[in-house]
Amino acid sequence: MTRSTEFLLNGSLRLALHTLAEGEGHPLLLLHGLGEQSPMSRPAWTSAWNGPVLALDFTGHGDSDVPVSGGYTPEGLMSDVDAVLAQLGPVTIVGRGFGAWVGLLIAGARTSLVHGVILFDGSGAVGGGSQPPTPYVNVLPASGTTKPDPYALLELSRDPRPPDYALDYVRFVLEDSEIENPIVVSARIRPEWLAAVAADIGVIELPLEQAIESFA
Amino acid sequence: MKSTGIANTSDGCGGRRLADVASADQTREFSGAKAPDRTGSIDSSGLRLALNEWGDPEAPVLAMVHGGFDFSRTFDVFAPMIAEAGWRVVAWDARGHGDSDHAHMYGWSADVRDHLAAIQSISSEPIVLLGHSKGGGQLLDLLDGRPSLAKAFVNLDGLPSQFSSPDVNDRERRRMRRADLASGLDRRRRRNELSRRPDTIEGLAERRQPMNPRLSREWLEYLVTVGARHDDEGWRWKIDPVLHLGGFGPWRPGWSLDHLAALEMPFLGVLSGVQDDPMGWKSRHSDIEPFLPPGGRLEYYDDIGHFLHIEQTRVIADLVLEFLEPLR
Repeated sequence: MTRSTEFLLNGSLRLALHTLAEGEGHPLLLLHGLGEQSPMSRPAWTSAWNGPVLALDFTGHGDSDVPVSGGYTPEGLMSDVDAVLAQLGPVTIVGRGFGAWVGLLIAGARTSLVHGVILFDGSGAVGGGSQPPTPYVNVLPASGTTKPDPYALLELSRDPRPPDYALDYVRFVLEDSEIENPIVVSARIRPEWLAAVAADIGVIELPLEQAIESFA
Repeated sequence: MKSTGIANTSDGCGGRRLADVASADQTREFSGAKAPDRTGSIDSSGLRLALNEWGDPEAPVLAMVHGGFDFSRTFDVFAPMIAEAGWRVVAWDARGHGDSDHAHMYGWSADVRDHLAAIQSISSEPIVLLGHSKGGGQLLDLLDGRPSLAKAFVNLDGLPSQFSSPDVNDRERRRMRRADLASGLDRRRRRNELSRRPDTIEGLAERRQPMNPRLSREWLEYLVTVGARHDDEGWRWKIDPVLHLGGFGPWRPGWSLDHLAALEMPFLGVLSGVQDDPMGWKSRHSDIEPFLPPGGRLEYYDDIGHFLHIEQTRVIADLVLEFLEPLR
């Protein structure tokens, strides 16, 4: 099917939520990587999913609005996904790269609304590393409607992601989830935070298509 | 020193031209408090930041950066004291605070970048930078990456250290983080409906008192008249209602010490030793001293609270002026 798009509000900004496939049951929500946007059609690796397949453009990406003067943080972009949860109710998340990091955070913050999260390879998985990177402060020209927003690329590629911080969110998920294996790592490239998550006793590893099948 | 002008309406971001506003200000009297001699605005990538100035516009520049949930007018007593000693004091409101624009997104790095935009709009030469609390912590980050901005740096109780973090176990820490997460997301879901609760001047002052228990009621009431705006329902703080104390993210106080050790300009740190003040990081002299930059100076007051420059304005102003004297 040709994807259809609806817009949700997060504050004063519009977020583009694309429907890539119709279906019965709770949706599979795709979160793209840093600097990317949602796919134009349903990816083949989602074929095991019988429910709706949706994809969200993060703030400053794809068809979503660009804020004035940046201020991007992964924690702030959790509210993008939370706007979807507020509208649709429970979803299962597949996150690519940066989307995997936000997927883990929102899974830990909204345990009753995220029925499983799959962490997959993609752009922006590393962020700034486990410790703050070498300080680099620069003022960019007002970006207007340029997408991806240059501030998103700057700020979301430098945010620190300590492994113990990631494991806090793993604990939040595992303490509350009614699913047997609510966090699945399918990524092959594993920065320190993702290696720590994958090594946690409550987290399993599966190839992407099998991971989706496990939640279908 | 060559100073540049402050950007204003020509940038198209809705800023005001510098104007003499002292006579137009409606403020409650507080001994020593003085409204800014000039106001203006600067542009940070399209976001308007309100800016205030005290003192001779041709004097050497000392820029002040306020702390979290504060605003530049909290320097209304301290700044004039420094200005009277021959400095052009400039302070701006952080995004979402005071008279600056509310932003869609907030974060530590965005604040640091706003500080850079403000400093670059004020002067093309190194200036003296002073930061209180969160503002001091953010200047640590900025100056580690941009040391040439400052010819000296004064930090007023804005030196976080991991050694003085609250003594909580992992389970309790996670519980606090989780509660913070939920309240933060709930608040963002409702951001279009949020507004600051209206009250009387006295009522707002009373509500702020728990954050500033060592400051007088007269001061807090004065703060209301410069940090809140009045409408049909009463006075409301100007700060963006989506902001809340705490926030969330992986930031750790100890990361700031790496920045402190890296500094190369003359440095004065001032710590409050009052441990029961609800604000501040409670860093002790022994926490910070090993990380001081070469030649750095650290003063510790066990009888002045976190808002040192408000609680003992003359003492702190004299200390700062004495430190800066060789740099004049």
